[in-house]
Amino acid sequence: MPFKTELKHSDVTPKAAFLNRRQIIAGAAAGVMAGPASARALGDIAKTSHGAGLATTSLEDISSYCNFYEFGVGKDDPPRNAQDMVTVPWSVEIAGLVDRPGTYGLEDILRRVDLEERIYRFRCVEAWAMVIPWVGFELNQLLDMAGVQPSAKYVAFETAVLPDVMEGISRGYLDWPYREALRMDEAMHPLTLMSVGIYGEELRNQNGAPIRLVVPWKYGFKSIKSVVKVELTSKRPPNSWNMQNPREYGFYSNVNPLVDHPRWSQASERRIGDGVFARRHPTLMFNGYGDEVASLYAGMDLTREF
Amino acid sequence: MSLADRVNAAVRRVPKWSLYPLGAIPILWIYWRGITGGLGADPAKKIEHQIGLWAVWILIAVLTVTPLRRWVGVNLIRLRRPLGHLAFFYVVAHLLTWLVLDIQLRWGEIWTDIVKRPYITIGMVAFLVLIPLMWTSGDKAVRRLGAARWQRLHKFTYLVAILGGAHFVMVRKGWQLEPVVYLAVIAALVGLRVFWGKLSIPGMARRG
Repeated sequence: MPFKTELKHSDVTPKAAFLNRRQIIAGAAAGVMAGPASARALGDIAKTSHGAGLATTSLEDISSYCNFYEFGVGKDDPPRNAQDMVTVPWSVEIAGLVDRPGTYGLEDILRRVDLEERIYRFRCVEAWAMVIPWVGFELNQLLDMAGVQPSAKYVAFETAVLPDVMEGISRGYLDWPYREALRMDEAMHPLTLMSVGIYGEELRNQNGAPIRLVVPWKYGFKSIKSVVKVELTSKRPPNSWNMQNPREYGFYSNVNPLVDHPRWSQASERRIGDGVFARRHPTLMFNGYGDEVASLYAGMDLTREF
Repeated sequence: MSLADRVNAAVRRVPKWSLYPLGAIPILWIYWRGITGGLGADPAKKIEHQIGLWAVWILIAVLTVTPLRRWVGVNLIRLRRPLGHLAFFYVVAHLLTWLVLDIQLRWGEIWTDIVKRPYITIGMVAFLVLIPLMWTSGDKAVRRLGAARWQRLHKFTYLVAILGGAHFVMVRKGWQLEPVVYLAVIAALVGLRVFWGKLSIPGMARRG
């Protein structure tokens, strides 16, 4: 395994999250909304073997070092500015080439899927990396819920646009709403998650609460946050960073040490949480998920279709 | 006594050497905070960026000395040389932080970065231009070069400031307000010199 460490999962999981878990769940069930400082636990989540042996990044680092431009462009802006976003109730519109289009309440969705914990590597296009214990379900479950029609070739996603609480909306960092998209085979792939939690707790706002995409073999910006819309299409949908700068950000954005970003090398990465003198590590092809996903791109020139 | 006079009197009492230990404080503070966990999850990057930002601030301070004297009557000219030295030290510290803490002396990647990535190329050019300015910063060099030639040479400070500001704008994803504001301030300060006829830009007719 490329991620070597003496740390175990239990060393970094905040103990408080597990103490009184039953009470927290009871409180949640009674409709008690905990503040951002004490995110709600999600209940008993099935553990999986995904990421066994990887040392997870601390929740403190995961929740304090964020790219979420709707809340500001600094890494510490979203933790500060995202707390006023109201995520209960939340619904996701599923539209386009599906048999059962409509607005799906998050609670309904969660009743019909299997939540599990998966520890995935997370690699940002900016050449830093984390290991995150996501709680979520496979996107294909959500798509099956809506019934994908055979003509659908792509899945497009949109982030909420909440100008009252998102200070970045009025500044033109990107053409809002934030958009991302996957090819159908990528979307149906068992590694592709819709996540609702980290470390057994509900997602924090700055991490894309209450529901976000996680595609572990692609650069982080593909893993769109705070999703309000999923649309099945026959044509390739636009994605925000590609719209902003097509030379620097492609549609696929697969983690690839051999294809540099025009402004920096992708050959190596810095692991968040290893301190000032953290060693750089070589970037893994498909972020280490090549065995599972390389076949999706067989025959493609990944230098051109980056 | 006007406020400007009082400031000038106070500035005259500041020993020039005192700027060097004072100027070392931010770097030491930034490194101390990074090492002790005060700079968040990605301390190496934060150290690199904060030192770079200080370099920009100091360069802006250097460029502000003359307008302050002209418009406000505050004379900081005797502090300009130590400030220029500090700008050089901060650029060097920023560069070393990148080389050692960030890219970690991976010379292959460093070389491709310098030749292939315009913002790094620009940063390196700014650093290289600063070297002769640092080298000729003493009184001896002024005598050796003659005041006119020395002045002409040191107008490259404007180029360094513009390159530094552009480097800052280009390192960010997309167009971000903060670095654009700094670049605009630098452009305005350099533009003043053009307006005053103290700086000719290639293609613009000017003599003397």
